[in-house]
Amino acid sequence: MSKSLTPRVAVNVLLVLLLALVPVYAALTGSTFAMTLFARIMIMALAALSLNLIMGYGGMVSFGHAAYLGIGGYAVGILAKEGIASGFVQWPAAIAASALYALVVGALSLRTRGVYFIMITLAFAQMIYYVAIGLDRYGGDDGLTIYRNSQFGGLIDIGDKTVFYYLCFALLMAGIYAVWRIVNSRFGLVIQGARSNERRMRAIGFPTFRYKLACFVIAGAMCGLAGALLANHTSYISPAMMSWTRSGDLIVMAVLGGMRAAFGPLIGAMTFLLLEDVLARATDYPNLIIGPLLLIVAIYVNGGIDGLLGGARRG
Amino acid sequence: MLYFTEQLLNGIQLGMLLFLLAAGLTLIFGIMDLVNLAHGSLYMIGAYFAATFADWTDSFVFGAILALFATLVVGMVLEMTAIRRLYGRDHLDHVLATFGLLLFFNELVRLIWGPAGLTLSLPSEMLNAVQVLPGLYYPIYRLVIIGVTLAVGAALYVLVMRSRLGMLIRAGASNREMVGALGINIKLLYTLVFGLGAALAGFAGLMQAPILTVQIGMGENILIAAFVVVTIGGIGSIRGAFVAAMLVGIVDTIGRAFVPDLLHVYLNEAAASSLGRALSSMSIYLLMALVLIVRPAGLFPAASR
Amino acid sequence: MADALLEVESLTKRFGGVVASDQISLALKHGELHAIIGPNGAGKTTLIGQLTGEIAPDAGSVCFDGRDITAVPVYRRSALGLARSFQITSLFMDFTALDNVALAVQAHAGHSFRFWRDARRDRALREPALAALAGVGLAGRAHMTVADLSHGERRQLEIAMALATKPRMLLLDEPMAGMGPEESARLIEILRRLKNTMTILLIEHDMDAVFALADRISVLVYGRIIASGDPDAIRADVAVRQAYLGESAGAAHG
Repeated sequence: MSKSLTPRVAVNVLLVLLLALVPVYAALTGSTFAMTLFARIMIMALAALSLNLIMGYGGMVSFGHAAYLGIGGYAVGILAKEGIASGFVQWPAAIAASALYALVVGALSLRTRGVYFIMITLAFAQMIYYVAIGLDRYGGDDGLTIYRNSQFGGLIDIGDKTVFYYLCFALLMAGIYAVWRIVNSRFGLVIQGARSNERRMRAIGFPTFRYKLACFVIAGAMCGLAGALLANHTSYISPAMMSWTRSGDLIVMAVLGGMRAAFGPLIGAMTFLLLEDVLARATDYPNLIIGPLLLIVAIYVNGGIDGLLGGARRG
Repeated sequence: MLYFTEQLLNGIQLGMLLFLLAAGLTLIFGIMDLVNLAHGSLYMIGAYFAATFADWTDSFVFGAILALFATLVVGMVLEMTAIRRLYGRDHLDHVLATFGLLLFFNELVRLIWGPAGLTLSLPSEMLNAVQVLPGLYYPIYRLVIIGVTLAVGAALYVLVMRSRLGMLIRAGASNREMVGALGINIKLLYTLVFGLGAALAGFAGLMQAPILTVQIGMGENILIAAFVVVTIGGIGSIRGAFVAAMLVGIVDTIGRAFVPDLLHVYLNEAAASSLGRALSSMSIYLLMALVLIVRPAGLFPAASR
Repeated sequence: MADALLEVESLTKRFGGVVASDQISLALKHGELHAIIGPNGAGKTTLIGQLTGEIAPDAGSVCFDGRDITAVPVYRRSALGLARSFQITSLFMDFTALDNVALAVQAHAGHSFRFWRDARRDRALREPALAALAGVGLAGRAHMTVADLSHGERRQLEIAMALATKPRMLLLDEPMAGMGPEESARLIEILRRLKNTMTILLIEHDMDAVFALADRISVLVYGRIIASGDPDAIRADVAVRQAYLGESAGAAHG
């Protein structure tokens, strides 16, 4: 594969530079708005990245992925409310809880395929959504404000917006790199092979179920981390974090950016969220534009935005 | 006991509405293999049209008929302009596209009718309750819903099982390529099927409008339940949709009515009310998860593809 | 039979009222090439399904190398040494030919819970894969996407993938399907070379190939084996001529 400066590579590099420089821009202008917006974009990009791992590469279309955002966020929120503010406890708990739920959901759902799989993952997300609504102690439907950020002792202070921003940036970049390595490893090839032709994979000797389940758990764990970040970002948790429309948003971001592209989820998250933001200022009816736009992209653009830039088309 | 019967009737009535939605969805799934997140939008549009036309014509029935026709037209136009370009594509493309349509329709309705909902009032005769069992009075209109939907269901059954069109529909549900190979005008068939689905959805919307709600986003909540029904029933099966709709409608209603009280017997006040609310909302998802674990293709899968 | 690698005993399968497999019994000796022929609808697909584990028989058993594998799941049969090729090409279309075969190698190279190293640079996988491709004459096509390969090349790739798993027995499901005369001849040569090194169960319509390669032939009609023996015996068998060979005497390339 040539390392020439294709439009794709150029865009990806520019993106990274742009993101790295946002806090500088904020320092210069004295306004933290851009940092807040882009931190949110990066967090959602991390969530979309985890979804892309199972969906884009593994062919497992989960309509319940926002559940892990919620579980991660609630792990942080619940522990904070109970007086445990240490990030060293909260964040591993968020990741572990998400991984555990993913294990259960995956073990039961991966027996089904196609539309049934989509529906059953949706069902499991709805279940946890309603559990959250029922948690009166933690705000129920109204949600819960978090008064203290996750504390990391003297290590870092994520209460500082700039520090938090760069933490999100670092985690996202690490995530993108990790996914890229996983996808091209032996494990990743099994996942991709199972997407391409599961029957053949089994015929040549792969017990595909356990690999898909492992992938599902990894994706859940990664999304749980995004949830912990989100809870700290908004200082607030609510069941809306895991509504099915939120799961739909994640799917849109992954598909829009281009599935099976390393930077696809980031591009998708950025495009979708910026568009939402810009249009919301420009008009009272932003979805009159966003809606048809999604429709057009779905119909005419194969491979998402990454496909437009010359990336691999979806087979 | 009377309370139980009343809730059972409510459950059946809800099941009927779900059946109308699910029947259209399952046909569209089964024949065109299309995941349509905008199906709830057609349900919403039916309700909004009905409220508006009933207001214009001062008659519930005229309003309903006009709304049904209007929704059918909207459905067919939608199919011809946007939906038909999605056939044969990845399910994900369907999700993305119809999600966009869902957002669009919600916003369009907000633009045309404003953010507050509408009301649709019933003719005075239907507002009364009638005695169905000694001591149990049940609203006439809810009985009308049950009756009319059963009639529609019967008509649908006759259409699908006994007419030429129905035969094509069933054939298409079990083997799409074959129907095309037989030289049938697939395009027209698809437009008709989609239109039928839209009409059913709109009909469900306008029927529930007087008793439940006419507001933006009303489609989303019931759409999920409709998807659950289709999944439990088996994709492509109208019979499955009916059985599953009854199951889901009854389980959901009875669950909401009795689970919290049941829990109060065993748990303290706070826990019972939290858990009760959560469990009763979850009941249909638990049901679906259970069914899928035992029968990964639903109760009455139409046929292998 | 102590010499038998594969022993099938009274295998029976019913679908509703149809008996797809009617007490099928077979025994394959080590190193033999055993062909199964029969008209369409005879139940060959069902038989293969039961041998590979995709279909569970209603009655009877399948023993491989002395071990009862009737209930063994599909993916484990490959590890035991039983490899199959598919009648309708079943490959990884968006991957290269080399990727395809490397996956088959990978399936037998320990577990795949390795998350970091680039598998496409893993010589332990790539080298055997390249060798398998060369074995079927596809070395030059290693880096082409399967979608771009010709039908005949894809059929060769099918065989390469089955071979890459280092099997003890090959189950070939109509490998000649859809091939022209040149390609068929080439494939017959490949199979002839393979004959000495492994046991092969060949399901085929192509009579030229069958009579050129088979040590023994069994004839499957309506789910039953109506005759089994060496090629000359089968050619002469009256029942077989009536049921099958008589019909296809004129159609050599099935």
